[in-house]
Amino acid sequence: MPGTETPMTDTEAAMPFHREPRGGLMVALRATLKRDLVLLLRRRSEVLNPLVFFALVITLFPIGISPDPELLATIAPGLLWVAALLAALLSLDSLFRGDYDDGSLEQLLLTPQPLAALGLAKVAVHWLLTGLPLALMAPVLGIMLSLPAGSYGILALSLALGTASLSLIGAIGAALTVGLSRGGVLLSLLVLPLYIPVLIFGAGAVQAAILGDGVAAHLAILGALLAVTLMFAPWAIAASLRISING
Amino acid sequence: MPLRLQARELACERDDRRLFEDLDLDIRAGEIVRVEGPNGSGKTTLLKILSGQLADYRGELFWNGVPMRRVRGDFLASLLYLGHAPGIKAALTPLENLAWYQALADEPGDEAARLAALEGVGLAGFEDLPTGQLSAGQQRRVALARLDLTPRPLWVLDEPFTAIDRDGVAALEARLVAHARSGGCVLVTTHHELRATDELRRIRLGGGGDDARH
Repeated sequence: MPGTETPMTDTEAAMPFHREPRGGLMVALRATLKRDLVLLLRRRSEVLNPLVFFALVITLFPIGISPDPELLATIAPGLLWVAALLAALLSLDSLFRGDYDDGSLEQLLLTPQPLAALGLAKVAVHWLLTGLPLALMAPVLGIMLSLPAGSYGILALSLALGTASLSLIGAIGAALTVGLSRGGVLLSLLVLPLYIPVLIFGAGAVQAAILGDGVAAHLAILGALLAVTLMFAPWAIAASLRISING
Repeated sequence: MPLRLQARELACERDDRRLFEDLDLDIRAGEIVRVEGPNGSGKTTLLKILSGQLADYRGELFWNGVPMRRVRGDFLASLLYLGHAPGIKAALTPLENLAWYQALADEPGDEAARLAALEGVGLAGFEDLPTGQLSAGQQRRVALARLDLTPRPLWVLDEPFTAIDRDGVAALEARLVAHARSGGCVLVTTHHELRATDELRRIRLGGGGDDARH
């Protein structure tokens, strides 16, 4: 943190190379967040791709199945959740790919800062520009599937919570496959089984909201899933990145 | 200042091919060590092992006399590694690229220092262009600006002269010598012939790993 920097003492000035770490993890985290945000915002197509995919899939379903509002409303929660999940999955492959190709990942692994924290910062940016926009967009697409009006808030909330878990779990797979030239399919196979609990409780929350049941239990479980992945995923991501770079 | 990187009986095999074995190294402050060898002789692999990136080797590494595993944090805080890929983002400007490295290296985020470092590598006036629009040599210079921006005693440089013009090569060579004379240490692979100085030492790979003082 900038405020905690100590002024250079005489001994430190005499030995310009040897310096105690300043404990600047926050500085490094903030710089990584900012860098990744700027990078993604400069390549808008990468941010827009999952959103366009999401919108296309949801638009095609009423055309392909039937415009019957009752039928659509029945399948809407699952449909919206599956489409959002696949859209998030699509964007995962590029999470570490660019850094791997241009050598930034090597540099990230060679910093004295904890890799788990820096990896978490990258995942946070991914969620901010993929999961969160998907969650905000879902109610609009819900209208197209004649989703009952009362469930929009729960839909957005469950997706916001759920996609955070999806980004974290997916990042483990992305880190494991970043060294492979065609890791996309393998990545999907690796992470899809782990996505299933999130999908069940996410879609369940929306279903419960439509039926008028209590949604608190579903949302609580989604929150618990997020808490657990938040605890374990950063370490798994760091370990996976080390394995990939070693290969 | 303690600065000593040692390797004992280092051996590495990749894809069933023995790159080097029984390699003993002792690298101290004030030295420029040039790793030589034909293409594919394992120069980059050796540099990656010595900078703690590859764990796929036999033998032992010591940093200031302590096994590397135990002092990894301390070692990384003294290391500046520039790899084959310069680690520069094409979509970011040179200033933004350096700002990230400055923050990662635990240096205070000072724009004046970044501008000075860019000027030092001859990139004054290019600070705010996307790096992707610069030439390959200029992109390499952005990476080389880190040498001044984040002072570290141990430099591990993999082909740092790639795509650099003749004046830039001379300046970089002088920079390496100056670093060694001020108590730093440089480990470098290059196909460019380095001017012989007292600091220069060579390690030849692909010929059995003899370690002869120049």
